[in-house]
Amino acid sequence: MNWSQILVQEADFNLSEQYELLREKAGDPGAIVTFSGLVRELYEPGDNGAERIKTLTLEHYPGMTEKSLADIAEQAAERWPLLATSIIHRVGELEPGAQIVFVGTASSHRQAAFDSAQFIMDYLKSNAPFWKKQCTDAGSDWVQSRESDSKAIKRWQ
Amino acid sequence: MIEIHYFASVREAMQRSKEQLALPESVTTVADLVSLLMQQDESFRSINQSGNPLLVAVNQTVVESSYKLSEDDEVAFFPPMTGG
Repeated sequence: MNWSQILVQEADFNLSEQYELLREKAGDPGAIVTFSGLVRELYEPGDNGAERIKTLTLEHYPGMTEKSLADIAEQAAERWPLLATSIIHRVGELEPGAQIVFVGTASSHRQAAFDSAQFIMDYLKSNAPFWKKQCTDAGSDWVQSRESDSKAIKRWQ
Repeated sequence: MIEIHYFASVREAMQRSKEQLALPESVTTVADLVSLLMQQDESFRSINQSGNPLLVAVNQTVVESSYKLSEDDEVAFFPPMTGG
């Protein structure tokens, strides 16, 4: 059984602390991949050119969120020989430049660590109950799901 | 009684985040529940008629509309997820 951490929190996370935690918990890893997702300041709202985001608010479904993330981590552990997995997702109001999500995977070899981290991110985008609302000078609206995100999952099926 | 939760744009359109509902005998599946809510609630009807996709979870797992409901189920309606 590999080590696994799932955190849904308002607080920020520290990349080097999370890396050290994975390194320690994995035992004897040969490869650790870490991914962090950030709030971009510019986004394209249709054809009107890029707008500046003031805040991005993340809503979630407490309980189901943790369950879905644990399920995704378990699926990854079934497909690749992972020694440790960590998923941290922030909720609440975030500003441009803020970290939103962290995924870390540790394995004996790099391919499993790279692939599983990507797998987790691809599934997390469309299968974990988070919803983003962006606020600009023009007002606020819910971020629409992207077709490219559901296509990203298909490559693992 | 079942508990119904609404999230994100659906929560805003319904102007509430959750409610309790006594299941009439005629309601056995998620599809039946959707029809009942559409009859009972104008906001729910316009969400369904907007053409935007609506997802349903029962006991915190996404299900199809043919899913059979039971007493004390936790049902949730929400738009496609946009995490990450």
